[in-house]
Amino acid sequence: MNARSPDHPWSAGARASIAGQAAPWFDLRGVSLSYGAQVALRDIDLRIAPGERVALIGANGCGKSTLLRVLHGLLAPSAGELWRRESLRLAMVFQRPHMLRIQAWRHVALGLWLAGHPWAQARERSYLALERVGLQGVAHQPAPTLSGGQQQRLALARAWALEPEVLLLDEPTASLDPHAKRDVERLVQDVVAETHPDRPVTLIFSSHNLGQVKRLASRVVYLEGGRILADLPTETFFQGPLEQTHPQAHLFVKGETA
Amino acid sequence: MSTVSESLYTALSLVWQLDPILMSIVGRSLTVSALACALSCSVGVCLGAWLGVARFRGRDVVLTVLNTLLALPSVVVGLVMYLLLSRSGPLGFLGWLFSLKAMVLAQAVLVLPVVTALTRQLVEDAERAHGEQLRSLGAGTLMRSLILAWDERLALLTVMITAFGRAISEVGAVMVVGGNIEGFTRVMTTAIALETSKGDLPLALALGCVLLGVVLLLNAGLAGLQRWRQRVEGVTVASWGGAFG
Repeated sequence: MNARSPDHPWSAGARASIAGQAAPWFDLRGVSLSYGAQVALRDIDLRIAPGERVALIGANGCGKSTLLRVLHGLLAPSAGELWRRESLRLAMVFQRPHMLRIQAWRHVALGLWLAGHPWAQARERSYLALERVGLQGVAHQPAPTLSGGQQQRLALARAWALEPEVLLLDEPTASLDPHAKRDVERLVQDVVAETHPDRPVTLIFSSHNLGQVKRLASRVVYLEGGRILADLPTETFFQGPLEQTHPQAHLFVKGETA
Repeated sequence: MSTVSESLYTALSLVWQLDPILMSIVGRSLTVSALACALSCSVGVCLGAWLGVARFRGRDVVLTVLNTLLALPSVVVGLVMYLLLSRSGPLGFLGWLFSLKAMVLAQAVLVLPVVTALTRQLVEDAERAHGEQLRSLGAGTLMRSLILAWDERLALLTVMITAFGRAISEVGAVMVVGGNIEGFTRVMTTAIALETSKGDLPLALALGCVLLGVVLLLNAGLAGLQRWRQRVEGVTVASWGGAFG
């Protein structure tokens, strides 16, 4: 991980410099990442403050998923600087939640146990988390036998149980039917609003669903070819003069490719 | 033709009457192979699971060597073990040559690459599916190895049965390190080889029938296990069947 220590001379200033906002939890400067000869991210500059709801959008292969993994720490940048607040509690939900061949409650408990909770406590909290997402009825069912929507809710239950400060979602509703999509979206909103009594969870997600982006995000980051081409508040992105300011993003929104 | 039918009749009589010599050989075979299998599985499953998850410099070389060892002839294993366990060898002080311990060790060495390679493949496939998720939850290499090996426990049972089948049906290694001593280190495969060379076909055939029966039971167990997995988990299971012999 290229995360730098908080006392790094560069990062101390950077964290305090977002106009009128709290110090960022993520600060990326000139971050690039390559898979062999293929460049997935190019020169990414991005700061994310606590409580923000950031949507990463763009065509397939634009680098959304890679950026999410870099933010989580699953991938290390090939170049550039990445600073992330220390001891940040992160939870990530993937596009296709691969389920281990264990009962649903054990999935949640395993996540808690790996985070350091004793097994007995993890078990107790896993049932509460399943109840929150409406899966208490299938708690003892093998996870792979659940439907796609249920599996995604189970993944959210596991994330919720971890009481994350940052929730990262990689196209969480991409393969779900409209009903399941609505359920998952509602749950995401619940996780963001209800996990901590004093502050919302910071949400960073990738999506192709622009309606979902409007509903969930406070800020939209548009990527193309591994670069950030637009980074705007949601309202400005969808209602502002995008055609003049960010023509490629405008073409994407209009359903065209630049 | 009449010799074959007479031999077969006598062989089946020996099996039916639970002939004491036959039973002692069968019991010894099962014991040696079960112990060898337990030994190789306890090491091979852990090693294979770790290799399935760990990434390190030289891993490709290790995997190439491992896959090469899959084709290791049993007589070569016997020869190497013989050299190691002989009085002048580095393990000669153990005094294990021509003992059941030497046979267990030789079969365990023979089967270890099979268990390790198959486990590695299973866990590596599982890592491809679940690894990122587990890493995001904070699971390191060792923890992922253990979790994924546990998740593949039913498939690993198939690997273990395969290993047992390979162990019980080999002849070269146990012949060399065991010496085929009557009433002491004689097992089914070595007895079949000896009795055939002596022309005592009934006992050889009887042992052959038992050996086939054991392998048949293992294959039936494998098939049953695969059907059960498909029913319970809704997954298609790779078949390792046909590896015996």
